[in-house]
Amino acid sequence: MDRHRVALRLRGGAGRILLFGLPLAYFGLFFAYPVGSILGRGLWPGGDLDLSPVGDVFGRDDLRGVLWFTVWQAAVSTLLTLVLAMPAAYVIARYRFRGRTLARALMTVPFVLPSVLVASAFRALGFEESLLAVLLAHAFFNYAVVVRVVGGLWTHLDPRQEEAARVLGAGPLRAFMQVTLPALRPAIAAAASIVYLFSFTSIGVILILGGSRRATLETEIYRYSFNLLDLRTGAALSIVQLLAVIALLTVMWWFGRRHCAALSLASANEITRRPTTRADRTIVAVVLASTAIFLAVPLMVLVVRSFDTPDGLGLDFYRGLGDVHAGSVLFVSPLEAIRNSVLYALATVGIAVVVGGAAAFAIARSRLGAALDLALALPLGVSAVTVGFGFLISFDEGILDLRASWAIVPIAHALIAIPFVVFVVVPVLQSVDPRMRQAAAVLGASPRAVWREIDLPIASRGMLVAAGFAFAVSLGEFGATAFVSVARPDSPTLPVVIFRLLGTQGAENFGVAMAAGAILMILATAAVLAIERVRVGEVGTF
Amino acid sequence: MLDVRGITVHFGDTVALDALDLSVGDDEVVCMLGASGSGKSTLLRAIAGLEPLAAGTIARDGVDLATTPPHRRDVGLMFQDHSLFPHRDVRGNVAFGLRMRRLPRDEIEARVHEVLEMVGLSGYEHRGVRQLSGGEQQRVALARALAPAPSLLLLDEPLGALDRALREELTVELKMLFDRLQIAVLLVTHDHDEAFALGDRVAVMHRGRVEQVGPPADVWRRPESELVARFLGWNVTYALGSKPSAVRPDAVTLTADGSLRGTVVSRAFRRDHFRVLIELEGSRDALDVSIRGAEPPAVGTQVGLVIDPDGVVELDR
Repeated sequence: MDRHRVALRLRGGAGRILLFGLPLAYFGLFFAYPVGSILGRGLWPGGDLDLSPVGDVFGRDDLRGVLWFTVWQAAVSTLLTLVLAMPAAYVIARYRFRGRTLARALMTVPFVLPSVLVASAFRALGFEESLLAVLLAHAFFNYAVVVRVVGGLWTHLDPRQEEAARVLGAGPLRAFMQVTLPALRPAIAAAASIVYLFSFTSIGVILILGGSRRATLETEIYRYSFNLLDLRTGAALSIVQLLAVIALLTVMWWFGRRHCAALSLASANEITRRPTTRADRTIVAVVLASTAIFLAVPLMVLVVRSFDTPDGLGLDFYRGLGDVHAGSVLFVSPLEAIRNSVLYALATVGIAVVVGGAAAFAIARSRLGAALDLALALPLGVSAVTVGFGFLISFDEGILDLRASWAIVPIAHALIAIPFVVFVVVPVLQSVDPRMRQAAAVLGASPRAVWREIDLPIASRGMLVAAGFAFAVSLGEFGATAFVSVARPDSPTLPVVIFRLLGTQGAENFGVAMAAGAILMILATAAVLAIERVRVGEVGTF
Repeated sequence: MLDVRGITVHFGDTVALDALDLSVGDDEVVCMLGASGSGKSTLLRAIAGLEPLAAGTIARDGVDLATTPPHRRDVGLMFQDHSLFPHRDVRGNVAFGLRMRRLPRDEIEARVHEVLEMVGLSGYEHRGVRQLSGGEQQRVALARALAPAPSLLLLDEPLGALDRALREELTVELKMLFDRLQIAVLLVTHDHDEAFALGDRVAVMHRGRVEQVGPPADVWRRPESELVARFLGWNVTYALGSKPSAVRPDAVTLTADGSLRGTVVSRAFRRDHFRVLIELEGSRDALDVSIRGAEPPAVGTQVGLVIDPDGVVELDR
């Protein structure tokens, strides 16, 4: 409403330019420029624009098949994830029980694990290359998205509306379908969009669990650009992927705008209840148990395999973490990779909090912000291959010669972490009652003082949560890292080392990879648990 | 002296304030009385500088405030929902305005202590505001608005969400506080008793305009329009003459005879009196009558009515 924007109108212009300028500059330099370069090389071969490769994607039977498979496997993955995760979203949103915070934290762990590790865990579980394995792995990965996004709204949905429907004669199912489900629609749409996006561009899962016959746009971009060195087809596929992602983000943004408008929301404290009746207890127990089986079994297998040495159970593989395997493709020990990963993650946190924080303030305060929101979410949905490859060919000269710099890894990670910072901080800022700012202004606070005294303290806990996510995202990132670290093979991250170990023959290497994965899991769990501890009430999408 | 001249505020197509005039003297308490949606809150927000004006001027001691941003207007505003800062304790909330004025630390401490004592919350400094009861939050909000010693205090439904007993108790406390502080107060409320008890003058607001303003007794005894009369709970009837008249419910007595006759349509018990609705003979009007003491006649009974001329006002509009 216009009258709530008074405080904003009084704000000076300089700060605002900085809030918009910093994220825009970052996005332009480290996303639009490299991605543009790679697309340019493919589509302006001799200096003339040639869009025929894009047409070929739709004209060639094999590529049309890839496009079709990408679209429908993502759709089925999304549906499967929703079906599997909705009961858990309900239980977490509506019941208060001991270990609830821990349960939600643990459900989030798979989301921040590197895809290669998850795929390996599924292989270790005995899954062969199959469509089912791919779909289950996607659901495993994205479970937390549904639990957090849908559960986040559900936990604030006033149950009295459903109760009113019951009193008016609707059965439980009918009341749910007629009242609760429509109210949850924006959150379900948002969660489905995010899951679709991740399944649409997933690469590690497809490569390891899909087998050679199952190709998606992302794996084909990788194959054409790297293996076949056919940049034109690679670029064309990237463009098709980019267009699909932009279309999806636009739909998601449109739903997001309509969020909360007509919903009756209440404080989570009034809504969650202890499971007291027998039926309640049964629901909670069954849902938590099946969630635990689905999410914990692959992770447990990973841990068990890390102890399962040829000489029986032992710590050999963990001792192996300190070794540089002579003659292997490893240039560093996994232990050193852990150190690298943590340092990169800390640097990523620094960049993502500053740039993403500025973006969040800009987005929360301005109509133009929505466009920025959309732009910053693009790196999530664009091929990591395109970004990584773009980095390699763009940042190779002058002051922009970043290829040999350690900073290239956190810069790439921050691209993926920034959208999460925005997801977390924007709702917190928007939840600040405008009257709070007005109360401060009437008490004599200048616009800058209002910002310092009201917005910043309230946003700071959101920032801590965002920092935790940035840390976890950086720890688990694999796709872009694999490419940008081509130029710096001597300081790989833990996921890269795990990938190298998995690609090397020998049970010993597999075991060490599992041990490294177990350690990565512990680090990610610690980060997620830290997030849960500082969460600001229940505000925020994640 | 606060001078409001012809201010107009629009929200889209709705007119929240419509060329409203009002003045508040230096140590005067003015109560704005009106139904919800009459524009009361908007008036306070406009004076505080939180609503842009489409027309009109707001002046303090002859100086136009048009270009003065909210934080330099030197007003205390108590919001309807209190709008306490949830991330600060009681002390942090009350001290806020003092810190913004960059007062030295010890002065701030002394003033916080003084103001909390004034509202009866001594020793509450380090309580979190979320743990306070509604009445306590209301007191903290008042203390926060008072702390910087503003020359004009704006109160938006200060007793709004409280239960009846607490309202009555706090009304007395507020009255004593206003007498002691000797500052200009503009208070808005929908509650008649509150407005008439607290105001040196009462202004009845309707659709963004002041319908009538004057000392409480004058407004209560001489409603100038049908609108004000109805809002104050008077009967408006066309049965007593050529012009419409307002009849105070307690100005009517029931007798066996009398020239004016009617039928009891309904009756309700109201603690210390009965409310009886009587349909007048030869007219479509009904009078709402308050009867003290004796049990009123049953529904359907024919009665005669005698009206005290002191409780009748001829209305011009």
